[in-house]
Amino acid sequence: MAPLVEPSAGFKFDNVKRNQLLGDKGYKLPTATKTGTTIVGLIFKDGLVLGADTRATAGPIVADKNCEKIHYLAPNMYCCGAGTAADTEFTTNMISSQLALHSLNTGREPRVVTAMTMLKQHLFKYHGHIGAALVLGGYDSTGPHLFTVYPHGSTDKLPYVTMGSGSLAAMSVFESRWRPGMSRDEGVEMVKEAIEAGIFNDLGSGSNVDVCVITKGNVEYLRNYARPNERVEKEQSYRFRKGVTEFYAPRAARRGQDSAEMDTSA
Amino acid sequence: MMDYASMQFAPTEVPVEHHSHGGWEPYVDNGGTSLAIAGKDFVIVAADARQSDGYSINSRYDPKAFVLSNQTVIATTGYAADAKRLVEVMEQNAQTYFHKHDRAMGTTAMAQLMSNTLYYKRFFPYYVFPILAGLDKEGNGAVFSYDPVGNMERVVYLACGSASALVQPFLDNQVGGANQRGHEGGFLDRATARKIAIDAFTSATERDIHTGDWLDLFTIDRTGIHREKRELKHD
Repeated sequence: MAPLVEPSAGFKFDNVKRNQLLGDKGYKLPTATKTGTTIVGLIFKDGLVLGADTRATAGPIVADKNCEKIHYLAPNMYCCGAGTAADTEFTTNMISSQLALHSLNTGREPRVVTAMTMLKQHLFKYHGHIGAALVLGGYDSTGPHLFTVYPHGSTDKLPYVTMGSGSLAAMSVFESRWRPGMSRDEGVEMVKEAIEAGIFNDLGSGSNVDVCVITKGNVEYLRNYARPNERVEKEQSYRFRKGVTEFYAPRAARRGQDSAEMDTSA
Repeated sequence: MMDYASMQFAPTEVPVEHHSHGGWEPYVDNGGTSLAIAGKDFVIVAADARQSDGYSINSRYDPKAFVLSNQTVIATTGYAADAKRLVEVMEQNAQTYFHKHDRAMGTTAMAQLMSNTLYYKRFFPYYVFPILAGLDKEGNGAVFSYDPVGNMERVVYLACGSASALVQPFLDNQVGGANQRGHEGGFLDRATARKIAIDAFTSATERDIHTGDWLDLFTIDRTGIHREKRELKHD
């Protein structure tokens, strides 16, 4: 018999066969929180802008109305995540740690290609089982860079990109309006419009617009840059009267009531 | 000795036909939510107007609640095409009834007609979850609940559709008084029922991706049917 050896790193696939069997017998596995999502990025004259909506879904239900999809990677680099929420969170966290160690070792600011290569090698290793679809952007010693990274590990380097279920809606804005050498304000406005196209036309995306502007030596993280979906006031108050909730009297009170007190003198 | 090879076993599973790919599917779920609340001498019917398919919005205003007579409304959810056809059939039969008997069909008769219309297609059902609401012969608010093959029940309040799992418990609590000690019971007044219907939809819009855009709200009383159109969130 083979010795039982715990793998030193990575996922364990022990339960894959068992789960397949349970699935075939009709047992549904729990669904992971997905960020249905519209995420985008574009390059402008002096840097780049990243954008994201803030809706997280679990099937048809909105799990979080104001989640953060623009993740920190390094002081000069941020990364938008679409797909399985846990995968985007853990993948960006891990790469962020490795980038911090890398820049400590080299004494330099990390490059965007470095992060991109680390991400794609990690994702390729897991054959798409890590459901992270990313828009990576940063400004390093070689200038501004913008990438998309797919769950299987392929990457694109483009001047304007979109990802997630709202990517088509968002790309329609970029394809009709983007041009080289735009100003910062034009870039931010266009990212806002692209995300709003996703928010209003894709049911997987919704709520607010987060924006992140990265230029040489500077980052502006504009959380909830636009809030186009404020909830209207409710028609009436739903405060309950005092005493509506059923409850059992505490043990001590009940004991007093039926005067069957326990003798605790001994 | 047992000859296992020659033994006949009864099938333990129903054979499933495996098609090479996809295949045609006759039904689509177009989402949306509808509700009705009966009062002593009125009924409130409300339905959102978003029509969706998966993550796409087909229409922001495709009404799914229809006026059938001056005292009856049908609100539908499920497959929009089937819902439209169902309402068409109901309208035709109500019209025929009117010409035959020289008076409009009452709400309870309409309720039974709906059940029969649904069951008529028992083996290729309308994929619709209808609510029929109106005033009965005594002028009381009446709400009828159905499944897609015609099972019918008269209720006091009801929610159907993609956010029904969110809205029904809210109505159970606020209209039915569930989990409220010392709840008085009885019918709600008109203003409160209307507020509850609106709040149910603004809340459902927050958490259900298939509900939103516009709200059609009908109040039915002895003076007739009063219709409002309200805006819901578009995201």
